[in-house]
Amino acid sequence: MTTFWVLAPIMVIAAMGLILARKAVHAALCLAVVMISLAVLYAVQDAPFLFAVQIIVYTGAIMMLFLFVLMLVGVDRSDSLVESIKGQRLAAAVVGILFAVTLSIGVGQVVVSSTIGLDQANADGNVEGLAALLFTRYVIAFEFTAALMITAVLGAMVLAHRERLVTPRSQTDLQKQRMRDYAEQGRHPGNPPTPGVFALHNAVDTPALLPDGTTAEESVPESLRQRGQERQGLDDSAVQDRLREIGPDEDEEDADR
Amino acid sequence: MTEYITLSFLLFTIGAVGVLVRRNAIVVFMCVELMLNATNLAFVSFARQHGNLDGQTAAFFVMVVAAAEVVIGLAIIVSIYRTRRSTSVDEANLLKA
Repeated sequence: MTTFWVLAPIMVIAAMGLILARKAVHAALCLAVVMISLAVLYAVQDAPFLFAVQIIVYTGAIMMLFLFVLMLVGVDRSDSLVESIKGQRLAAAVVGILFAVTLSIGVGQVVVSSTIGLDQANADGNVEGLAALLFTRYVIAFEFTAALMITAVLGAMVLAHRERLVTPRSQTDLQKQRMRDYAEQGRHPGNPPTPGVFALHNAVDTPALLPDGTTAEESVPESLRQRGQERQGLDDSAVQDRLREIGPDEDEEDADR
Repeated sequence: MTEYITLSFLLFTIGAVGVLVRRNAIVVFMCVELMLNATNLAFVSFARQHGNLDGQTAAFFVMVVAAAEVVIGLAIIVSIYRTRRSTSVDEANLLKA
């Protein structure tokens, strides 16, 4: 019983964390805590086979699968707190409380007979007892799970498979494209300038300065540009100050000549 | 005995509320898993109460079905993410629009 009273609060808190955590990875970790605690509760309740299966299948396979998919779709994304349906959270809380009340009334009305315990059923060993049930009384259901497994594997393969619609572009195609861009749009076919060239900061997030004083945005790596982490080059306050110091003089010299 | 069942229905309720509240499809899925686990706890507890292994067999079958369901569900989420670039359940309204 001690195990139960130690684990039950942890499980409830972790389950609440599953609802409240804003990041999906934190929710997954909370769920892993619940599942491992459940495995321990199975072990306490004379179910050593389910204890092993819970650890291997749930925390081992299923949680790994969840984490893999989280990595695929982007881990650092967190849910927005804006409700898309008005009052959804309040309504869900009310429904949840009503549900809990209903269930607790149901549990409260149960006439609890004395717990028989599994000592007799587990006399030949828990695994042997389960096997005797699985392969006699529940053998049809067991066969159906085999069919279910095969269907699931095929379904996952079909759903996750992606047909390649266009052939991948080869080096030759890229080269032809570059020359066509040069002919039609006048785009320079060579290497773009590297970031930081002729700029105040010699850093990869600073766009290169072109001879006419404008910045070459495409010299900054695209991932930095998408995240909005590039410096503004000429718009930098330091550069602006420096230009203000020297700019007018050069212009005047030009005008004198 | 009763406290195991109480814990079971608490976890089930939390999972159900999570399904209603959360919008990230993966977290909704995890809440479904929590509900399945809660029923498993009830099965195992009742097996001990009644002194036979049928409850544990039922829990075993629930685990098998849950494993298959997770595989398919996550494959669906990934394929939706590929086309919509989002895992929010609010934006998966292809069938409606």
